[in-house]
Amino acid sequence: MEFFQVQFSKADLLVVAPELVLAGFALLILLMSAFIRSERKGFLGYTALVGVIVAFVSLYWEMGIEASAFSDMVRIDPFSLFFKVMILIIVLLTVLISLAYVKREGIDFGEYYVLVFFAAVGMMLMASGANLLIIFLGLEVMSISIYILAGIMRDDVRSVEAAFKYFLLGAFASAFLLYGIALTYASTGTLDLGGIGRILAERTWINGLPILITGLALLIVGFGFKIALVPFHMWTPDVYEGAPTSVTAFMATGVKAAGFAAFVRVFFFALPSLQPYWTEIMWGLAVATMTVGNIIALSQDNIKRMLAYSSIAHAGYILVAFVAGNELGQSSILFYLLAYCFMNLGAFTVVILLGKKGEENTLISDYAGLGFGHPLLAVAMAIFMFSLAGVPPTAGFMAKFYVFSAAVKANYYWLAVIGVLNSAVAAYYYLRVLIYMYFREPEKELTIGGFSPAAVLAVIISVWGVLHIGILPSAFLSLARRSIEFLL
Amino acid sequence: MMLSQYVPVLFIIGLGIFFAVFAVVASRLLGPRRINPAKASPYECGMITLGPTHQAIPIKYYIIAMLFLVFDLEVVFLYPWAVIFRTLGVFGFVEMMIFIFILLVGFIYIWKKGALEWE
Amino acid sequence: MIELVWLIPLFPAIGFLFNGLIGRWFNLDKRIVSWVACAALGLSFLFSILVFFALLKIAPEARDAVPDKVLFDWIVSGDLKTVIGYKVDPLSIIMALVVSGVSFFIHIYSVGYMHDDPGVTRYFAFLNLFVFMMLTLVLANNFLLMFVGWEGVGLCSYLLIGFWFDRDAPANAGKKAFVVNRVGDFGFLLAMFLIFAHLGTLEFNGVFAGAHSLDVVTVTLITLLLFVGATGKSAQIPLYVWLPDAMEGPTPVSSLIHAATMVTSGVYMIARCNILYSMAPVSMAVVAIFGAATAIFAASMGLLQFDIKRVLAYSTISQLGYMFLAVGVGAFSAGIFHLMTHAFFKGLLFLGAGSVMHAMSGELDMRKMGGIWKRIPITFWTFLLATLAIAGIPGFAGFFSKDEILWQTFNSGHRYLWLIGAAAAGMTAFYMFRLVFVTFFGRCRASEEVQHHIHESPPVMTVPLIVLACLSVIGGYVGIPHILGGRNIFHEFLQPVLGGHPEATGHATFSLVKPAFASEGAAMGNGINMELLLMGASVAIALIGIGIAFYLYIRKPEVPKRLGERFKTLYTIVFNKYYVDEIYDACFVKSTKRLGTFFWREFDDGVIDRSVNMVAKLMLWLGGVLRRIQTGRVQGYALGIILGAVVIIIFLMR
Repeated sequence: MEFFQVQFSKADLLVVAPELVLAGFALLILLMSAFIRSERKGFLGYTALVGVIVAFVSLYWEMGIEASAFSDMVRIDPFSLFFKVMILIIVLLTVLISLAYVKREGIDFGEYYVLVFFAAVGMMLMASGANLLIIFLGLEVMSISIYILAGIMRDDVRSVEAAFKYFLLGAFASAFLLYGIALTYASTGTLDLGGIGRILAERTWINGLPILITGLALLIVGFGFKIALVPFHMWTPDVYEGAPTSVTAFMATGVKAAGFAAFVRVFFFALPSLQPYWTEIMWGLAVATMTVGNIIALSQDNIKRMLAYSSIAHAGYILVAFVAGNELGQSSILFYLLAYCFMNLGAFTVVILLGKKGEENTLISDYAGLGFGHPLLAVAMAIFMFSLAGVPPTAGFMAKFYVFSAAVKANYYWLAVIGVLNSAVAAYYYLRVLIYMYFREPEKELTIGGFSPAAVLAVIISVWGVLHIGILPSAFLSLARRSIEFLL
Repeated sequence: MMLSQYVPVLFIIGLGIFFAVFAVVASRLLGPRRINPAKASPYECGMITLGPTHQAIPIKYYIIAMLFLVFDLEVVFLYPWAVIFRTLGVFGFVEMMIFIFILLVGFIYIWKKGALEWE
Repeated sequence: MIELVWLIPLFPAIGFLFNGLIGRWFNLDKRIVSWVACAALGLSFLFSILVFFALLKIAPEARDAVPDKVLFDWIVSGDLKTVIGYKVDPLSIIMALVVSGVSFFIHIYSVGYMHDDPGVTRYFAFLNLFVFMMLTLVLANNFLLMFVGWEGVGLCSYLLIGFWFDRDAPANAGKKAFVVNRVGDFGFLLAMFLIFAHLGTLEFNGVFAGAHSLDVVTVTLITLLLFVGATGKSAQIPLYVWLPDAMEGPTPVSSLIHAATMVTSGVYMIARCNILYSMAPVSMAVVAIFGAATAIFAASMGLLQFDIKRVLAYSTISQLGYMFLAVGVGAFSAGIFHLMTHAFFKGLLFLGAGSVMHAMSGELDMRKMGGIWKRIPITFWTFLLATLAIAGIPGFAGFFSKDEILWQTFNSGHRYLWLIGAAAAGMTAFYMFRLVFVTFFGRCRASEEVQHHIHESPPVMTVPLIVLACLSVIGGYVGIPHILGGRNIFHEFLQPVLGGHPEATGHATFSLVKPAFASEGAAMGNGINMELLLMGASVAIALIGIGIAFYLYIRKPEVPKRLGERFKTLYTIVFNKYYVDEIYDACFVKSTKRLGTFFWREFDDGVIDRSVNMVAKLMLWLGGVLRRIQTGRVQGYALGIILGAVVIIIFLMR
């Protein structure tokens, strides 16, 4: 009966401490939301804030540990710690910007925070999973929560449409991923990432390779959907535009970070022996993703859609580092994601601050004259736009710099050239926002609907992140390198 | 892990396809066919439907169905747990209590939200 | 003293922060704002001088080995280590002196010029930021920091061109400048990547020390890419199109950024990388050819303009072409020499143009001016001195630097390039004096009201004019050619960085360009008489240009117009005489004009502008097409996923 003998110790719980904290708080908020009086619902958001902070504290005990738990199902190592911190930062900023936003849009249900927390738990599991099934489980927990979050504005047709589309296509893509996992299992006989890596490294015979390769392709499709690579990207603009803006911000950063975490861990940890196979594919995907994302973004008038396409393009840049695959490339994936999460969340926060109930003000022309009406907010937006465009001394520039130098170093000159050309094209549409903000007369009065100190704090944190990373990037890069070192 | 290991699977697939095709073709070839209006109607036995059949079903059914599914799964988990309860010991007991607790939270939530009330 | 080099860029940075933050938020009085801005520049200039003298105390051989002043580690990652550090050597300190000095005077001038503008705080904040970035660019000790300055000056240029953003033209001009510059930056970035990939460092000392390990192809590629960067920033063919439009900005900005400092940064960068360029003869040839071509094209375009600032803009492009010609033939110090003198006289010309505008109620069209030299004497005389300098009249600064470039070009065997350069010099003399004659002489063609208001600018504007005028005259005497019995102190000073031994070989050419490009020209042109002969020739060409301008714009337009209407019979005689002129005109002037028009209208507007616009349009169109795939239908999206999966699988299975 040793099959049923469960290996368990308290140390195992430590490995998933932040997940447990978030899940516990999610349950707490769920119960509270059932009992709380409607006029005191604001309390739920603050409870959520406390939850994030407690989760941060719980990370303290995870620092420096390298261990696996639950029979090698999840791991805590510098890599997962890096992503857990990043995901918690994203959750923190999301909660901060949501406090006033959900009230304004009439979606201040407790369920909102519950779902954000569950999604975060899923993301963390994706980052720390050491087994393909756990990664899939995390992905599903995350995805299902996000499907609901996208459609949480039940009276808004576009929100519901976004949720429905995301759900249908997401389920479709999950099937690809699951099938990829199944084929990988079929050809290696294990789901454990380390085990797959060992078996593939030792394997000398070539039989069964077609199955493995097909599995590889399906894994790429599955992950590619979550991180919105061309041609698996088409849901992105519709969903980003339709979903509530705070959810869009959360999706655009959190889902992408978690997706890349799992992507990197699976490909560099379990499947490095197949690198000759997937590098070329990734090369093509990177080029397509950058180019299509940027070119379509050029002709967008809605800032949420523009940011959606821009997020596609950014996934392409990150993929450039993925292709490079060298040490600098791998660490710059992490570095880029960190920079991206600050600048993108920041930009979305500004979008939120400028909206009103029933009047989102998401056309780029709505930003005309912002530079005079709200100089501080406009400066923050300008910083985010410059960072997204990759102008020094912002985080976006350093991130691009590292990514492209990694590509050059790995002798992918053309990829670097295409990437740099793309970022030149991209400057146009980011700059357009600036031109509207500073060089156009306002067409209508812009008022900040429901000025929220918490959201302003989120903007400040984002600006700090963008500038700090941009001006003193070395600490962050070495952190990223230490986080990924053990995968090599 | 040779590909040849999959030969039986291939065999089963082939057999399945063969039976499906065989059954349809054989009945077509062998069976006598004498058609009259009653036979050609969609429900040749049973009642003739009254009114439009494409009706929206109240959402309540779905909610109840989903809730049923959740607690049904609980039972699915509880059954094997009960079988090896002794082997698992205290740990297994605590573990299952946590599981039931989480479901309980959900139960309280839906109860409080009124999902269980029909009208 | 040298360790204090970091203070030079610090002061403008403080000025920017003070004016940009405190000045804007508390709406400080504009006197305080302008005082702070000027004081920051004054201190910066003072420290540049102090560091310069400290450097002079060091033995000439050791001047290029002054340890870099490293402030702190900036980006450290594995084998990439980049610092915030400043390099002090003869080249960088000359640049710092020119930048901080000219900026200082232009700041003072701006106090008067921008006096009535409501955005004066913003103006000075941007201007200080610009100087900070420019000083960062010239003092940086590594490519990355240089690139930060490079981008920074581009940003400031963009902000200042579009300073009057409430009008369409400046806003569009700013955008154009920014976009065109991005094309150049792309080259710079790629070059930087290549350098780092091959040498593993971006610090100048490391790169230049390790350069000999590079193979010729790589060096050629790097240098060509760097040159692409330079063509953007320094407005060379084919990326010069933004500079004439940039004249929409305030005139002191045109003077500082688009004449004296920023646009010359490409020349500085090539001079800084002279070790790399010396290893790549092909790149040198490309630089020289592009420089010469730009010099003559831009000069021909300047022949026809009536807008004062546009004439000066084309002139700037043309003069930048000279500098590139110089560095392209290996005469790096001649290029830097011309950069310096050009900063003096072209800065002065723009400031003078601003002063004229000030007097003429903002008028820019020289057809609506004339005869005003007595009314604004200081502006006129300083403007005239600068014009003499740019025309290459002996004794003025431009003569020494331009002539050295032409001589070095000839001497290194590029005789055709010399011919082009000399022709461009003639055109320069012509259009500059045309400008002077039409603007200051003849009958005043302005409206009564404007005429009534003509007045000399206040001292705060005229004093910088006078200072720059002095520099335009004496600035050349630091580089008297050996043949005229002088010592080329300037060249000697730069020699540790830029190489070449003028005293030893008597203006010998740089042997590194010879194998690929130079021929027997150097051998035959090496005589002293040849140098004097060429000098005489170029002076003669300049004088001819001035003579033509005098003839056409002082003599001709007055006679037919005024007398023809009063005395009908006399008019016919005059008309007959004019008829001779017509033939002359049809033979030479018209065809020249037509050529000018062709280049201006067809080539500049038609080919280059249009192709730039075409690329932008193509991108937008492509975006529109791709956008149509985004139908919103889920089935289509799912199909996309499946097709993607199929393609990947087929690709992997191939």
